Amino acid sequence: MEADSRWLTPPEPNKPSLPRRERLPYLLLLPAVVLELLIHIIPMLAGVGISFLGLTEFYLSNWRAAPFAGTGNYAIALNLNGATGQALLHSFTVTIGYTLLVLSLSWTFGMTAAVLTQRPFRGRGLVRTVFLIPFALPVFASVITWNFMLQQDTGAVNRVLLALHLTRSPPFWLIGPNSFFSLVIVAVWRTWPFAFLILTAGLQSIPADLYEAAALDGAGILGQVRHVTLPLLRPVNRVLLLVLFLWTFNDFTTPFTLFGSAPPTQADIISIHIYENSFVSWNFGTGSAMSVLLLLFLLLVTGVYLAVVRTSGAERRA
Amino acid sequence: MHDPAWFRWARVIGLTLLGLFALGPVYVMLTSALKPLPDVEGVFRWFPSRLTVSPFVDMWSTIPLGRYLVNSLVVSTTASVASVLVALLAAYGVSRYRFRGRQAFTITVLSTQMFPGILFLLPLFVIFVNLGQATGVNLYGSRIGLIITYMTFTLPFAIWMLAAYLDTVPRDLDDAAKVDGSGPMGAFVRVVIPAAVPGIVAVLIYAFMTAWSEMLFASVLTNDSTRTLAVGLAGYATQNQVYWNQIMAASLTVSVPVAAGFLLLQRFLVAGMTAGSVK
Amino acid sequence: MRRTKLTTMAFVATLAAAPLAACSSSSSGGGSAAHTTLTYWASNQGTSLQDDQQVLAPQIAKFTRETGIKVNVQVIPWTTLLTQITAATVSGKGPDVLNIGNTWSPSLQVTGAFVQFTPSVMSQIGGSNRFLAGSLSATGESGKPPTAVPLYSLAYGLYYNKAQFAAAGISSPPGTWAELVADGKKLTKAGHWGLAIEGGQVPENVHLAFELSEQQGGSFFDATGKPTFDTPQNVAAVRQMIDFMQADKITNPADAQYSKGTEALTDFATGKTSMVIWQAASGSLAKLGMNAADIGVAPVPLPSPMPAGGKNITSMVAGINLAVFKDTKNLSAALKFVKFMTSTPEQESLNATYGSLPTVSAAYSDPAFNTPAVSTFRSILSTTAAPMPEVPQESNFETTVGTAIIHLYADAATGKTVTSAMIAQALSQAQQQLGG
Repeated sequence: MEADSRWLTPPEPNKPSLPRRERLPYLLLLPAVVLELLIHIIPMLAGVGISFLGLTEFYLSNWRAAPFAGTGNYAIALNLNGATGQALLHSFTVTIGYTLLVLSLSWTFGMTAAVLTQRPFRGRGLVRTVFLIPFALPVFASVITWNFMLQQDTGAVNRVLLALHLTRSPPFWLIGPNSFFSLVIVAVWRTWPFAFLILTAGLQSIPADLYEAAALDGAGILGQVRHVTLPLLRPVNRVLLLVLFLWTFNDFTTPFTLFGSAPPTQADIISIHIYENSFVSWNFGTGSAMSVLLLLFLLLVTGVYLAVVRTSGAERRA
Repeated sequence: MHDPAWFRWARVIGLTLLGLFALGPVYVMLTSALKPLPDVEGVFRWFPSRLTVSPFVDMWSTIPLGRYLVNSLVVSTTASVASVLVALLAAYGVSRYRFRGRQAFTITVLSTQMFPGILFLLPLFVIFVNLGQATGVNLYGSRIGLIITYMTFTLPFAIWMLAAYLDTVPRDLDDAAKVDGSGPMGAFVRVVIPAAVPGIVAVLIYAFMTAWSEMLFASVLTNDSTRTLAVGLAGYATQNQVYWNQIMAASLTVSVPVAAGFLLLQRFLVAGMTAGSVK
Repeated sequence: MRRTKLTTMAFVATLAAAPLAACSSSSSGGGSAAHTTLTYWASNQGTSLQDDQQVLAPQIAKFTRETGIKVNVQVIPWTTLLTQITAATVSGKGPDVLNIGNTWSPSLQVTGAFVQFTPSVMSQIGGSNRFLAGSLSATGESGKPPTAVPLYSLAYGLYYNKAQFAAAGISSPPGTWAELVADGKKLTKAGHWGLAIEGGQVPENVHLAFELSEQQGGSFFDATGKPTFDTPQNVAAVRQMIDFMQADKITNPADAQYSKGTEALTDFATGKTSMVIWQAASGSLAKLGMNAADIGVAPVPLPSPMPAGGKNITSMVAGINLAVFKDTKNLSAALKFVKFMTSTPEQESLNATYGSLPTVSAAYSDPAFNTPAVSTFRSILSTTAAPMPEVPQESNFETTVGTAIIHLYADAATGKTVTSAMIAQALSQAQQQLGG
């Protein structure tokens, strides 16, 4: 059974003009295309257009009159000698580290939990629901709760650490170097249930007889995971890892709610950084330019990822 | 096949640790919801020194919580169901057919996941306003506009994920159904969808939660009567005060129907194994 | 084949129709043929959004009786108000009348979205002489007509715990910074601190920095509107703030985490600290359970001796302004509403309810505004208050300088020694982000 993502392969060339039957796929795609155009693509292009304008508070109600800034906004954003450019680069580096950590931890926790709950046992349904609860809670409330828990003198985390004698003087979690790790932990707390959800569903499509066959070959549970589960989850994992990367990289709500609008320098996530440089300072042109740069970077990463994934898939098929 | 002892131990320990991690903040929320306001920002206690249920009572009047809850339920349910339906169609097309533009479609759809929301928030609002003035259908300040927006946000991932799940449903099932006389859509509805139920449920949950928790676009596209919970909860933060205990109480309360939904749906994450149906 | 196609079309059509059928939309007000309806975006001033609706409802009813104009009131939470104003400005689709934070006035003025209160427009609402000079000063760029009229006024004061002061043998609140630090040291012991500071929040930090800078004779913008952040006076002002935590040790290092806008006040209300610098807060303190007899308020201290060029400023002019959207279709109705809200009886009633200060001098004859606390704030507002810099880049200034101070507090709290040179560099980088 082929488990590769066949829809990543190029279509057959030289198709003749389409008979009626062949219009079906286009019809199937039509609603999605219309919605995407209206809500995503066209506003996006407008946003890109704004990045070439000097759109500040002076032109907000008459934005058609905003002066053409050419690549001026991009120059400011990329000028590594200026404060803005340096701050952007720093924010970018922090965000990459944050994303990779959150991604790997969330996936690991999700995978572990999915494997551990795959075989039936009493209370499994309850356990699954418990794991999805962080996913169900309103973001604002749950992340604010983490803020309360991470307060240095009154928070639950330090109370527990002190009670367990793991530390003598309670550390700061919301400011200073630890703030980066606090953010990672809170983000993982919010993200891993989603990985768990997707992987659990993915595990269901793996037929039981494959596990039996592997067991007969002498594979223990870990061996089965390595030789049956992971290879067959590859199509799901490919999508999951990519979207986890994209969403975490673009995540605004978690850092904003945890730290407020002025995050510590060690946890200066790029989406907040751009927000502070556009909405809050009325400098939409620069903010849009930074967003476009962000978009280009993500396109690059995705392109590389897909190329790597496709070649490794092709190897396996051969 | 019974589980070896070490695995059972690993399971108990692993799941317990993960459970503590997941539920720790929930416990803090619960105790905060039962404390008088000044104590919430005070030193954390495992049990509140003074138990009070007034936050659970006051929370309904501080903001129109009932109205916001209904708005969120309507918007999230409609958006997620609609999104899954549209995505299923598109995913079926992508999974089962090779056609010109297929690659372009999947890549473009994926690239929309990279758009930072901030970048297209204002242009989207302007488009909605202009559409509203041109067609008379109010898209801003209405639930429709929010539903359409959220549908579109969740489409890319839904299409990709559903296509991946559908790919794991063997084509033999389609062919078997076609042999029985149904066209491609019939095969789709009668055979393929039931086999992909776990994936559909997972994507449905994801789409619902995305709509449920989205704040940025909701803050601009709703007004007082259409506001959703994600934005409305901020109303507990008033000019002079933030009613933390009511925020916690409200959050826990509105999560109960959602968690109940999860409890019901998680059964379907296991349904319908495809193996064995083609023999 | 045909059946398949029909099935598909049916799918698509159902999907298109479903959202439209699923729910009702609500419109934002516009004019109808018979009656004019204004849309008014009120900011949250009371104890809750519902509370604001209940406070405003009788006043609005009175207005409708007097003029026949209906008003659709939407109470907007502060977290989304500026975003919604921005969206309305860009799209041209917004309310007729709205509240704005008065420090937003210069920035919003420049967007051109609001009606300017030129003398002719002002005369339609009763003229500018009615307003307190202090309140009127924070309504737009200096030298330009107001972009909004003052509705509610607020000022900062030094709140102190009378009971704790008495217990420590301090007979009166500090009048100079030296006295404040001395009192703070007397009051600081294990688990208890002298002064609470909302060190993680932009507005609180930048307001205090502004006030202290004025006292030092400094200024964040020069006369032409160019930023001048890293002057010695500004550095001294920020230095003073950091030193409360670092050198004087009367502020809990944990205050550097206080980012939600409530923690410092709660610490004061629960007795954990003895002093806090805050806007008029008696309502909140009561809600937080503080004994009214313990609440004392005095003007923020001044340096002694006064530095050369230093001004007698103890507060920035805080408050809410009322603006009219330029794209409104009901300009005369909107102005009637503005006139109504700034009329003396409304000013007396609303400000008494909200615990803020009227912006028209005539309202002060009302006995409700003669309590000691209100008198203190009124005198602060009229004699020792200055508006935040009235330049279009005011919001940028608040964000960049406020954030810089937050980071400096974080450094001090986590053990790094913050020197004046570091402060100067931080302010200088903030200034560069303004393109200056």
